[in-house]
Amino acid sequence: MERGAWRGWGQGLAAVIRPLIALAGSLLITFIGLTAVTFFIGRLTKIDPVLAVVGDKASREVYNNAYIALGLDRPVIVQYFLYLKRVVTGDLGVSVLTSQPVISDLLRVFPATFELATIAIIIGVLVGVPAGVLAGARKGRLADHIVRVTGLFGYSVPVFWLGLVGLFVFYGKLGWVSGTGRLDVFYEDIVTVRTGIILIDSAIEGEWDIFFNAFSHLILPAAILGYYSLAYIARMTRSFMIDQLAQEYVTTARVKGRSFWGAVWLHAFPNIMVPLITVIGLSYASLLEGALLTETVFAWPGLGLYITRALFNSDMNAVMGGTILIGTVFISINLFSDFLYRIFDPRLRTA
Amino acid sequence: MSDPLLSVRNLSVSYPGRTGITHALKEASFDLGRERLGIVGESGSGKSTMGRAILGLIPRPGIVSAERMDFMGSSLIGNSDRDWQRLRGRRISMIMQDPKYSLNPVKRIGDQIAETCRLHLGSSRKDAEKRALSMLEAVQIRNPDTVFTLYPHQLSGGMGQRVMIAMMLVAEPDLLIADEPTSALDVTVQNEVLRILDRLVRERGMGLLFISHNLTVVSSFCDRVLIMYGGRILEQCAARDLADAKHPYTRALIAAAPSLDHPKSELATLVRDPEWLK
Repeated sequence: MERGAWRGWGQGLAAVIRPLIALAGSLLITFIGLTAVTFFIGRLTKIDPVLAVVGDKASREVYNNAYIALGLDRPVIVQYFLYLKRVVTGDLGVSVLTSQPVISDLLRVFPATFELATIAIIIGVLVGVPAGVLAGARKGRLADHIVRVTGLFGYSVPVFWLGLVGLFVFYGKLGWVSGTGRLDVFYEDIVTVRTGIILIDSAIEGEWDIFFNAFSHLILPAAILGYYSLAYIARMTRSFMIDQLAQEYVTTARVKGRSFWGAVWLHAFPNIMVPLITVIGLSYASLLEGALLTETVFAWPGLGLYITRALFNSDMNAVMGGTILIGTVFISINLFSDFLYRIFDPRLRTA
Repeated sequence: MSDPLLSVRNLSVSYPGRTGITHALKEASFDLGRERLGIVGESGSGKSTMGRAILGLIPRPGIVSAERMDFMGSSLIGNSDRDWQRLRGRRISMIMQDPKYSLNPVKRIGDQIAETCRLHLGSSRKDAEKRALSMLEAVQIRNPDTVFTLYPHQLSGGMGQRVMIAMMLVAEPDLLIADEPTSALDVTVQNEVLRILDRLVRERGMGLLFISHNLTVVSSFCDRVLIMYGGRILEQCAARDLADAKHPYTRALIAAAPSLDHPKSELATLVRDPEWLK
């Protein structure tokens, strides 16, 4: 029995990993597609990349030199491969707006968004999934109506309004949380930037004051973003749960002597994992794009704000860099979801 | 049949709906000893509803009422959730139609069987696994060690149904409800599954409620037969006397079945008489 179990595990692991290699291949193709689309969109815009570098007061000669230096005289396909080569080595060009390499800009703004999105999705999952399961299991009863109305409110209220009300109540009136930005001014630039995620950087150095200050800045915007993903996650969980509870194997579990909630959590719930992972992955990915409105209301220096500002200033290197980053985030989350599917559903393990 | 295992008087199940109340089962009365009782009838005649009512598994908003529903000397009426949970799987269990849907797709076969032991017998993990393995042997699965670690989608229908039998008999219940246990299977494996079911029920001296729409199977497999139509029990008789049944509905059902010995170009169809439901 013991040996059989281990062999089962080994086979299971191989069955999980083998398709991942095939998946890596398709990811590579996806990434090439992503860079191609980004590149050609960048070329299709009316923005002159030469002017963006030399400015409109440059002489004809300077303009021509820059034109050649940027490789714009070469065939488009060659330009694309040069671009691809630079992207792979992490060279995304220089941002006109910040005069910094785009890559270092992204390394600065993305951790801010990442921190916010991660706390938000944790809130969304920890509250949304149990709420959805409850609503689905008690369909048409009080608990279901409460979850549905709360979710509907989350869908209908504009985020900037909720942000402002949240700031007014919890920061202005009650003083439970800190205001806008990532830290109070006198805490800024104290901890060394290692990951750019302040909660982690401050914890590494044991600066707990800063940790809790960062947390009190973070919690309100994260809770508001979390509320939106919660509304979506709960609604989807509810409908997955209703589907599964109608299945015959749930009756089997009851016939075996499982309680109703035992059947819900131990039998139906493991069966909604795959679609649930998809929903959570999509929510997380869309949070990682950066939430422009929330970042604006809370003066949060994140990706959404950065890309929007770059777009309004025709800062094409920054826009393209940001697009590649977002695309990469989506690809990674899909890869990870695919990996999780195979863990949770034995039917997907056959290669 | 000295003291009946299950004694039911005037069991009714109804569903209130927008257009009025639907009576899925109306005033059913019967006794069941440690014997095989067949229940036949067409779709919608209330066969499955009866099985589920005995298990306390009529879903909301269904209403169950009965003058008497005694199981092994104690009443099932007014059972709490906890009472039902102690009873289900341990004293009464049920095999359902299609193992493709009635087994949990993401759980290992062995764990699904062991779960019943863990719930009722308080057995340790190891003990429950041992019982599950011996139960897989009892339903004649050739390599139980391997099957233990498989998932439902890796089994054939016949194997799945044998697993289902193992799962429902592992805690040694006194009454088994088999709700069309072979209708989803290939004809070739139907007999095999029936034979296994037959042997286990006989060995353990259990009561069996065999729900089916297959008259031939019921008459050869069961001791007695209940004929149901429109939520009512129309007739009860010994299985061997089925051919001499009195009720016109039963006679019509028998007449509608094709026979190899007497081929007919056109089979009889049922003529329903509203009088039957009076």
